[in-house]
Amino acid sequence: MPMALALEKKVKGSRGRGGTAAGGSQAVAPGMETVRKAGYPNLSWLETSQFYGPEGGFDYREKLGSPGEYPFTRGIHSDMYLGRLWTMRQFAGFGSASETNSRFKYLLSHGETGLSVAFDYPTLYGYDTDDPHSEGEYGKCGVAISSLDDMTALFSGIPLDRVSTSMTINGPASVIWAMYLAAAERQGVPAASLRGTIQNDVLKEYIAQKSFIFPPAPSMRLVVDTFEYGMKHVPNWNTVSISGYHIREAGSTAVQELAFTLADGFEYVRQGIERGLDPNKFVPRLSFFFNAHNDFFEEIAKYRAARRIWAREMKESFGLTNEKAMKLRFHTQTAGCTLTAEQPENNVTRVALQAMAAVLGGTQSLHTNSLDEALALPTEKAVRTALRTQQIIAYETGVPNVADPLGGSYYVEWLTDEMEERAYGIFDEIASYGGVLGAIDRGYFQKAITESSYRYQREVEKKERIIVGVNEFTSEEPLEIPILRMDPKGRERQIARLRKLRRTRDSASFEKALSRLRKAAEGDENTMPAILGAVKANATLGEVTGVLREVFGEYREQRII
Amino acid sequence: MARKIRVLIAKPGLDGHDRGAKVVARALRDAGMEVIYTGLHQSPEQIVQTALQEDVDAIGLSSLSGSHDVLFPRVMELVRKNRMKVLVTAGGIIPEEDVPALRKCGIAAVFGPGTSIEEIVKFHKDRLGRRS
Repeated sequence: MPMALALEKKVKGSRGRGGTAAGGSQAVAPGMETVRKAGYPNLSWLETSQFYGPEGGFDYREKLGSPGEYPFTRGIHSDMYLGRLWTMRQFAGFGSASETNSRFKYLLSHGETGLSVAFDYPTLYGYDTDDPHSEGEYGKCGVAISSLDDMTALFSGIPLDRVSTSMTINGPASVIWAMYLAAAERQGVPAASLRGTIQNDVLKEYIAQKSFIFPPAPSMRLVVDTFEYGMKHVPNWNTVSISGYHIREAGSTAVQELAFTLADGFEYVRQGIERGLDPNKFVPRLSFFFNAHNDFFEEIAKYRAARRIWAREMKESFGLTNEKAMKLRFHTQTAGCTLTAEQPENNVTRVALQAMAAVLGGTQSLHTNSLDEALALPTEKAVRTALRTQQIIAYETGVPNVADPLGGSYYVEWLTDEMEERAYGIFDEIASYGGVLGAIDRGYFQKAITESSYRYQREVEKKERIIVGVNEFTSEEPLEIPILRMDPKGRERQIARLRKLRRTRDSASFEKALSRLRKAAEGDENTMPAILGAVKANATLGEVTGVLREVFGEYREQRII
Repeated sequence: MARKIRVLIAKPGLDGHDRGAKVVARALRDAGMEVIYTGLHQSPEQIVQTALQEDVDAIGLSSLSGSHDVLFPRVMELVRKNRMKVLVTAGGIIPEEDVPALRKCGIAAVFGPGTSIEEIVKFHKDRLGRRS
C-alpha cells in the first residue's frame, strides 16, 4: 500500500489503520531504512552532529562544579538521591473532596511520598460549584473545592504536618492556600510546620495555561503578598512554582520552555524586590516545574542549563549572597501531550523514558502520567502503574546511586551549553518588549508557542516526525481501556452542602470578613490576612474571589491563531 | 467566485487547553477556508451567537476538560432552535463511549487525539462542497 494512504481517513472506533510496509518514493517507514540521514533536528529544531568529542572543551569549575556546588549544573545536592530520593508526587483530583481523599489515601498506601492536588476548572477560576460558569465542569479535571469545609474533607485522616502538599492553583491561589492553612489549623497543625507548594504562577497563565482571572498587575500583587506572608508565617512553603510545564504542553520547544520559565522567574524576583522584600530570604522559596518530553538528552540538558542560568543570574545579576537562593529546585511531570490515544499501552514506555530523563536531570519531585490520560481521567490501576514506574527507576535501575551520572558527556555538555546560549537569545527578545509583562501584552509568547506547535504538527502530518502507533506502526485494534466514571449525583450533593453552609454560617462575621477583605484589596496592605479571615468565616471560594474580581477586574486575552 | 467555506472554531466552557483548537484553525485557514476563532471561555449561547453573526458553514467545538457531555449538546440545542444549517464537529479528549451520544445530538464527527489535520480538512471539504 502506498504510504500516502496510511494517513488516509481513520475510522472512528478502530483508531487508525495503515501499515508499516515501505513504498512510495519519499516516505519510507523508518524501520525499513538501512541508512539514517545525518543531522536530525531535535524537538527544538536544533541540528546535531554525528558525535561529540572533547574539542568543545569546558572549564569544569566554571561551567559545572561538582554536584552541590555553584553553579549547580550537576545538581543542588552533593549526594543527590543517595541522601534522599526524589518525592514521588502524583497529581490527583476528581469529583468531590471525599472521592479525592480516597484517591490520596490509595496513592499513599502504594508508596507515594507527597500529595499533589488537581482542582476542577470552576475552582481554578475561583467559581463555586453552583455558579452558572461551572456548568458541565464539576469535578472533571480535578476536585471541586468551594469552601473550608471541602478543604478539611480533602485532607481528612491525612496529618498535614507529616506530608507535603503541592496544589496546582493560580488565579485564586491565595484563597486556596488560606483554606489549606485554615484546614491545617483545624487539625491542630501550626502554619510554621507545613510543607508544600502553591503553583501561583500567574505569568504562565497569560502565556500558556489560560486559567487567569485578574489582569497582570493585581495578579502579581497577590503573588507577592503570598511571598511576604509565607516568609513570616509559613517559612517552609514554596509560594510559587514557576512553571514551564504548561508552556511546553501548549506547544513550545524545550528551549522556549527553558527561557520563558526562567524569564518569568526573574520577573517574580524583581517584583518581590520592588515590594521591598529581601531577596536572600524570599528567593529560596521560589520553586520550578518543568516538563519531561520525548527527546531524552535535550530534556536532561534543559534541567542542567536551567540550574546553571538561575544560579548565575541570582548571583551575578541580582547580586544575591544566600546560596539557597541560587539553587533551582524543581518538580517534573512527564509530558501529557506526548500520550497517545492510539495503542495506549505504549504510553507506559514513553512515561518511563521521560521519567528517567527527569531523574538523570536531577529533579526534586516527579509526577508520572498514566497510560489512559489521552482518553480520560486515569483509573486507579493506571495511576498505580505510573507510580510503579518511578519506583522501578528508584529501586531497580541503580540510576539514583551516583549524582549526575551524565556529567562530562561530550554530547550532554555541548547540548547544555547550546540550550543556555539559545535561552539567552530569547531573554534578549523578551527584553526588547520591555520584559515579560510587555511581551505578554504584545502577544509575543502566545505567538511563539502557536508557531512552534503548528510547525511540529505539520511535521507529524508529513511524517517528518514519527509517532509510534499514530502516524507509523499503526494497528487496527479496538480500544479496550477502562475509563474512570464519576458519581453522577456528586454535583447535586456538593451543591446541597454549599447551600447548607451559606444558610448556617454566622452571617455577621461573614459580612464583616468580606468587607475587611474588600478594604484590604482596595488599599495596599497585604491581602493574605484578610483572605484567611474570610475563609475562616466560611466565605466560599466564589465569594472571596468575587470580591477580588469586583476590585481588580477580569482579564480578557487577545485571540491569536 | 464561490464563497469560501467559513468555519468557527470554538472553546466552550472554562477549559484553557487551546493548542489543538489553534492548530486546527491554522490548518483550515491554510487549506483556504475562512476561520474565526472564538477565543477561550465561551458559553454555548455566545458560540451560537457568534456563529450566527459570522454566518459560518461549520462550527468546530474543542474541549479537553470533560465538559463535552454537557456543553456540546447545549450548543446543538441552540443550533436547532435557531434553525441553523451548519456542520458541527468536535475534538479534544472525548472518551470513545461518549461519541454515540454526541453523534446522536447532531455532531457530524468527533476527532480524537492523533487525528491528522488532513483528515479534518478533507471532512469539511467533502461535506461542504469544494468551495475553497
